[in-house]
Amino acid sequence: MSVGAPKIPVVVAEVVEVNDLIKRFRFVRRDGGAMPVFSGGAHVVVEMDDHGVRRMNPYSLMSHPADTMGYEISVRRDEAGRGGSLYMHRHVKPGMEMVLSQPVNLFPLDARAKKHLMIAGGIGITPFVAQMAQVEAMGGRFELHYSVRSPVLGAYVEHLKAHYGPRVHVYHDEHGEKIDLQTLLKSQPLGTHIYACGPKGMIAWVHATAKAMGWPDRAVHSEEFLAPPVGQAFEVQLAASGKSITVQPNQSLLEAIEAAGVEAPYLCRGGACGQCETNVLRCDGHIEHNDHWLTDEQKATNTKIMPCVSRFRGTALILDR
Amino acid sequence: MSLDFNDETFRGDFTFKNSAKAIKRFPFPFPEDSYMYSVNMEPHVPGPVGSVFEHMFDVDEHYVSEMRDRAQVLADDPLRCQSLPHMELAGWDLLELIMESKARDYPHWFSLTKDGNQWHWVNRPLQIEQKFTFLDASTLPYGPMEYITRQTQGDFTLQDQRDDDLWIEAGMVTTQADWSLDFDIGMSFKQWHAPVPLAHQMGIFDRALKFLLKLQHGAPVRRFNWTMTVDPLLDTSPENYPKWGPGKTTMTPQTIGHRQHLRVELQTLHRLPRSNAIAFPIRCYLIRFEELVTVPKWARRLHRVVRDIPDELATYKGFLRNKPLMLEYLAPFDDGQPTSPGFAPE
Ligand code: HEM
Ligand code: FES
Repeated sequence: MSVGAPKIPVVVAEVVEVNDLIKRFRFVRRDGGAMPVFSGGAHVVVEMDDHGVRRMNPYSLMSHPADTMGYEISVRRDEAGRGGSLYMHRHVKPGMEMVLSQPVNLFPLDARAKKHLMIAGGIGITPFVAQMAQVEAMGGRFELHYSVRSPVLGAYVEHLKAHYGPRVHVYHDEHGEKIDLQTLLKSQPLGTHIYACGPKGMIAWVHATAKAMGWPDRAVHSEEFLAPPVGQAFEVQLAASGKSITVQPNQSLLEAIEAAGVEAPYLCRGGACGQCETNVLRCDGHIEHNDHWLTDEQKATNTKIMPCVSRFRGTALILDR
Repeated sequence: MSLDFNDETFRGDFTFKNSAKAIKRFPFPFPEDSYMYSVNMEPHVPGPVGSVFEHMFDVDEHYVSEMRDRAQVLADDPLRCQSLPHMELAGWDLLELIMESKARDYPHWFSLTKDGNQWHWVNRPLQIEQKFTFLDASTLPYGPMEYITRQTQGDFTLQDQRDDDLWIEAGMVTTQADWSLDFDIGMSFKQWHAPVPLAHQMGIFDRALKFLLKLQHGAPVRRFNWTMTVDPLLDTSPENYPKWGPGKTTMTPQTIGHRQHLRVELQTLHRLPRSNAIAFPIRCYLIRFEELVTVPKWARRLHRVVRDIPDELATYKGFLRNKPLMLEYLAPFDDGQPTSPGFAPE
């Protein structure tokens, strides 16, 4: 039972510099055909050939879900990261051929919600752009509260305001503006669902505030993709395929497994979905569990690892892969 | 009715039968000589030409008569088709999936032309022609799920996904093996599977649910389920148990070959793109024992499966009482020879 959706061969149709930090990319199919429709909140994994190193990064789709002529993503440049976003910013140009995964939605809207209350921070705006378009088309109710560092870095603010008018509220950190979450949550109609996407601290704040005010967990949704962290190189033995590999400092364990020609399952590549869960046969050392998937008890026993984001320090790590 | 389709009944005089061609392509569900529950799922990819797997949705010689039977069940009991309000988008996803698949796979029977959201659907076997606006339910005579499943063999359920679970919240269920949509609607994956014996303890539902929550659009999967049915009844529902249940008590050694049917469900699972829901088509195939034993390997193997099945399963599937009668009928076809692995006739 492997997840075997066909990949989508695409051409870069357009690259737009949204602001100093963010670029938007539009992809169309190489054969000119239609893209699959998707649901707001879905992401695709973009495959990059970064001068011989294969990188695969997940990005939320932000084009209109009913637009089957192309997909759009926004990429924020991360100078300290492993290089995926830098590659997208520096090397990806119109006309270039790339490969995308089939969309997957790990951050769907709750179809029963009477109202969708969306809380975005920074680049976390992207899934909401697609979700708002979908809710609007279905005649649903929503409200967006979007914090950005400064007016210059407020990606898509003008466009969203022009389109959705008073349903869009923008807050500038630089001007000391902050979402008054308590007042906001107090004034919501029954049946409202909350969605948060943005920096870790913001997501934790939304969950904690809602919980303290008595909101049920199932009415509060969030998405946080972790970028695979960089670290020190380490050795791993893959028992099932009989290979020994070295994971480079700016490579994830999953990428190293793939580079060795070993098939491994994944969906989010960000420690959230659980798909890449792998059994650990031997661990002489310390696993740096960076995922949101395994429970604390599971992490403590070191019998499982999520290779998309987790790393290792020690003398021997043997995986059932 | 055209030459492609049988004119037959699944009630009253029970004139249902399989042609030689239908017997040959019957989806025999046992790859080995014994049966136990397992997480038996494989990618739903096109199979050999002529097989029930050749296309996304198999349309066979029973199509037109099955649709007539469904219309009758719905006329008697409208609650067999239900959709909670938030499932309408999933209904449109399903309608699109079925129309596109059928028009692509059977262009001589079905056609779909689109001009933006203005769609034109032609179903020649059922003599239906419909112009409508995609995503506008007021332009169809029924809701989108009901509209398309009145024209498609098999039962259908639609599961919403939220809170790390699946919720059965819409369906068209008229050809079921003794379970009720009206009873199950709104339940979660493990709630609606509660009556199944052994499988919970074996961890089957934990693993199946975990897999389904990650099911991807564009990568459907399939599995088999099976049971036993006396007389070729499509509608063996709890609602109508008094009508069909007693039939199980009147089978004799003389009538079993004709009356006893192996009932096989080809179940597929599809992630739907707009709603992120999962569609679960349950396609029922019936074959009489006397038709089945014309394939020596299947007869031998069915004898062994029925002989060795745990009582819990035979009880749950409702044939423990008739098991001795079945074994008596099947034993002469089991010469003790080995059977080859896999489903194929030989
Ligand atoms: C999401 C789609 C599914 C739906 C709507 C569904 C529905 C049902 C229902 C209504 C029953 C009858 C329960 C009763 O007695 O009332 C059943 C039985 C069962 N289901 Fe599922 N099911 C689904 C997926 C699966 C999957 C993926 C598996 C994989 C292992 C599975 C395994 C079983 C088994 C083993 C039984 C017992 C069947 C028998 O012995 O006749 N189901 N299912
Ligand atoms: S791929 Fe999703 S958790 Fe690793």
